[in-house]
Amino acid sequence: MASAPVTKTLIAWAGLLLLPPAAVLLAASWGSGGWAWPFAADEAMQRVIGELRIPRAIAALVTGALLAQAGCLMQVLLRNPLADPYVLGLSGGAAAFALIGMSFGLSFLPVPVLAFGGALLTMIIVFVLARGRGPWSTTRVLLTGVVVAAGWGAVISLILATGSDASLRSMLYWLMGDLSYTSLSAWWLLPLAAGVGLLWLRARSLNVLSGGELQAALLGESARTRFWEIYVIASLLTALAVSLAGAIGFVGLIVPHLMRLLVGADHRVLLPASALFGGGFLVLADTAARSLLGPRQLPVGVLTALIGVPLFLLLLYRAARIR
Amino acid sequence: MIPAAQSPLVVEDLDVRIGPVDVVRDLNLAVGRGEFWGLLGPNGVGKTTLLKTFAGVFEPERGGISLDGKRMDERRRRDIARRLGMLPQHTHYAFDATCLETALVGRHPHIKPWARESRADHERARDALADLEMLELAGRSCMDLSGGESRRLALATLLVQDPQVMLLDEPTNHLDPANQVTILNVLHRQVVEARKSAVMALHEVNLATCYCSHVLLLYGNGEWDAGPTDELLTAENLSRLYRCRVRLIDDGRQRVFAVAGGFDRQTR
Repeated sequence: MASAPVTKTLIAWAGLLLLPPAAVLLAASWGSGGWAWPFAADEAMQRVIGELRIPRAIAALVTGALLAQAGCLMQVLLRNPLADPYVLGLSGGAAAFALIGMSFGLSFLPVPVLAFGGALLTMIIVFVLARGRGPWSTTRVLLTGVVVAAGWGAVISLILATGSDASLRSMLYWLMGDLSYTSLSAWWLLPLAAGVGLLWLRARSLNVLSGGELQAALLGESARTRFWEIYVIASLLTALAVSLAGAIGFVGLIVPHLMRLLVGADHRVLLPASALFGGGFLVLADTAARSLLGPRQLPVGVLTALIGVPLFLLLLYRAARIR
Repeated sequence: MIPAAQSPLVVEDLDVRIGPVDVVRDLNLAVGRGEFWGLLGPNGVGKTTLLKTFAGVFEPERGGISLDGKRMDERRRRDIARRLGMLPQHTHYAFDATCLETALVGRHPHIKPWARESRADHERARDALADLEMLELAGRSCMDLSGGESRRLALATLLVQDPQVMLLDEPTNHLDPANQVTILNVLHRQVVEARKSAVMALHEVNLATCYCSHVLLLYGNGEWDAGPTDELLTAENLSRLYRCRVRLIDDGRQRVFAVAGGFDRQTR
């Protein structure tokens, strides 16, 4: 009877490994101008594919993978399956900074740099305030993060209410998560793979840490140090993703859940599976976002939420285990 | 101090406080191989805190704890975890792993961070589950278990960790008699046959008389008594310990302690 799960696992992994290249191929061949097979296109089309579609697809792939990894880590950190990369206010800080830049037209500071700075600042604020004097406390970290996020939310509303109409549209797009102005060369896949590999080496520790601080200490982890390490790594991954593409929602929440159902809760398989699926999923969503109503472009965050919300509600409804 | 030097867990001049409350003052204790210590005391007297101090996860005010002849605070967590394990009072699982996976986590301190569990580790996890009559639940999610099953799974994780010193925080709490006996029999076998050392906090005095070779009594205010079960577990000591009258009932085959009712004729 052992062969049935093995076959299922093989099929799942074959699908996961094929998803990112298949998604990038689709992204290369589908656009607002209709379909074009990328290997037999004319010269103008080749340029569109090579200079616009592929770099954007790579950016989507990297962003999706980063968000999915950060989601897995945050869920372990807060021991809460409903945590996502933005729960501790990182996206709020990034958005507030990015919007200030757009609203005052700070052209000498590019928006991604501002966003990254805002996310880092939030990370430090939450770190300092949540550290307190006692032991690591999930509740304190969560409360600090949620309140800081609420504070940034107010700042964002203030900027939107007082900002000029001309910049409003680009601000809204940024808030919803948008890959229109983002492109990365394929070389960025190498550091991404290296990062996922490094995390994977420590994945068994994540299994132990998801049992809580006491359990982790009793099984030989320096739990407090380890939790702050995870906090910093997850925050950096999120800050990178947010500065690339704005606050794309639901990828970091849904992908780890789907993958837990597919490959199980062991982080040694969960992390790589989430990276592959998160990346592939965001490439597909972004391709749809720029092609469905083409030549108009939708912010990809709208599509991930439109797919993500019903999917997540269905999961929540069906999974009696999420208590 | 020859016997103390051979003891896996040695406690010297230990003061433990939680805020204003004294748990123990000047505790000296050597838990030897093959010794099963019962830790008895009323609610809130600090049994859990004392066990956590023994495990090195709670700072004592004063004094030291040695594990296999070396000070605990000079050992790394991972090194401690290979020799000492603890069954916490509560285990809470946030994500649904299978029971087998949950038990395998006990191998964590023994294998290199990047290595995978070997076939022998899997065998060990299956054996532990079998010992606790849970083998048929190996593939079940750890979130779908009853109270007794969940407690047995936590103990299986500890058995898979396979430490010389086992600290057990109320392993039989809220369990029916059958589950209590299953768990205590497994622990007793570990101590007697595998020559392990165990310290177990518990409330059921009569289980302590059955299973424990030694007891440590915490009276509160930092006062304590330690020694062989037969000598220390008397109606007088237990009445002082629990601050209510305890009677010894002996039918010639078994000695049972019972709380004397507060309103019966004798107390009036």
